[in-house]
Amino acid sequence: MSHSQINDLPYSQRVVMTGIGLTAPNGNSLADFRDALLNARSGIQPYEIRYFGKTLAGVCDFEVTRHQSRKDARRGTRAGSVGIYCANEALQNSGIDWENTDKSRVGVYIGVTEHGNVETESEIYQIKQFDYDTKYWTHHHNPRTVANNPAGEIALNMGVTGPHYTIGAACAAGNAGIIQAVQMLRLGEVDLAFAGGVSESIHTFGIFAGFASQGALATHEDPTKASRPFDKNRNGIVVAEGGCVYVIERLEDAKRRGAQIIAEIVGYAINTDATDFVLPNAERQAQCMRLALKRAGLAAEQIDIVSTHATGTPNGDILECAAIREVFDHSETTWVNNAKSFIGHSMGAAGALELAGNLPAFADHVVHPTINLDDLDEECALRGLVHGQPREVAKVDYILNNSFGMLGINSALIVKRFV
Amino acid sequence: MAPEEIRQAIIEILEDIAPDEDLTSLDDGVSFREQMELDSMDFLDIVMELRKRYRVQVPEEDYAQLASMNSTVKYLEPKMVDVAV
Repeated sequence: MSHSQINDLPYSQRVVMTGIGLTAPNGNSLADFRDALLNARSGIQPYEIRYFGKTLAGVCDFEVTRHQSRKDARRGTRAGSVGIYCANEALQNSGIDWENTDKSRVGVYIGVTEHGNVETESEIYQIKQFDYDTKYWTHHHNPRTVANNPAGEIALNMGVTGPHYTIGAACAAGNAGIIQAVQMLRLGEVDLAFAGGVSESIHTFGIFAGFASQGALATHEDPTKASRPFDKNRNGIVVAEGGCVYVIERLEDAKRRGAQIIAEIVGYAINTDATDFVLPNAERQAQCMRLALKRAGLAAEQIDIVSTHATGTPNGDILECAAIREVFDHSETTWVNNAKSFIGHSMGAAGALELAGNLPAFADHVVHPTINLDDLDEECALRGLVHGQPREVAKVDYILNNSFGMLGINSALIVKRFV
Repeated sequence: MAPEEIRQAIIEILEDIAPDEDLTSLDDGVSFREQMELDSMDFLDIVMELRKRYRVQVPEEDYAQLASMNSTVKYLEPKMVDVAV
């Protein structure tokens, strides 16, 4: 499909974002998050979790009870609370007349990296106090740990009666949630979608211990310097919680209600390395970006910002940079950045959150930087890498957002400034 | 535990499982469900918390005894007589 063909698609096949709600370790709204990204405000802090002990994490401080009763927050999961906050904020931001919306035509598609570990670990810890007698195991365990939980809690909270489910896609999940919404809207399965990703991962010791055993957990005496993609002294991932949910609808519906249109989703791709459980594959990542470009009918040089996935692991960053170089190295007008350097790796939320942090660039033409890049690893040298300070550029019309995950899942999402 | 202490123990459990409710005006003679938003999962929480906090076992056939504060305290009195405050 060529670029002109995308614009020629009927409005019923064009899909746009019309609302955003988010919580990040450095902001509980897009305005705050963007401000943090433009002013080098990290969200990483000292953190301690049972068994593992002292570490670092990106911790969110959104107001849980803004959209959820205390009882439901207790009964549900942290991922559910994150999702409920983000979805309600997105709804408010969208200006949709919710009361008069047919809830059976609304879908909820939420990306998760993992789900259920937090509750399972917590329950095992609880029954340990009772000599592992399973009579003390909570009856809330199954509704909290079913894989659809975060999406289901959103649907329950908002009265959505259309389809809801999570998309398990490791750290590509945020993009995958959005892509699922695009597909369902194009198929006519729903008329409106809440889609994105959430992460409660900092509440499971297992993720910290697992990355530490793998030699992939970041450490640094200054927490705000620990997440440092592309830097020679990077030493791994900082785990974060967070969430970002978009209101997504067909262009015809958005036009009809006179909605603010934040971005049009013009291309996407998901593919698989099929080479390793953990190690990424640069060739497949490049193929994924190319496929997204092809579907959008775009040449690489038309992309203004590449929002990288880079997590700060020694190998992962090098491989993504190789993939980006292969696709974009000839482009003089493509800028590259990274949000994990501010907030760490928000897992299932990462793709959706990192894209959100770049969306204001459509209007302000400022590319937020990657921070903590004090000593560039030559293997991570990229043309157009914006670091240290924000960069004002001539225009921002297209953003490509990378998100990759374990078991070799790759995703690339392309959004366009709507004109 | 004396009846008034058992009542206080139940209030503390209810405060945890129904944190949005105002329990100061609870009518002990009326069923919890008529005064509060409590469903079957919440009742299981009461049972679980009694088990965890006081090692009191409430078999399923006795759940109906937990309908109101008065019936709950009456039912628990013999079971909790030896429980220290």
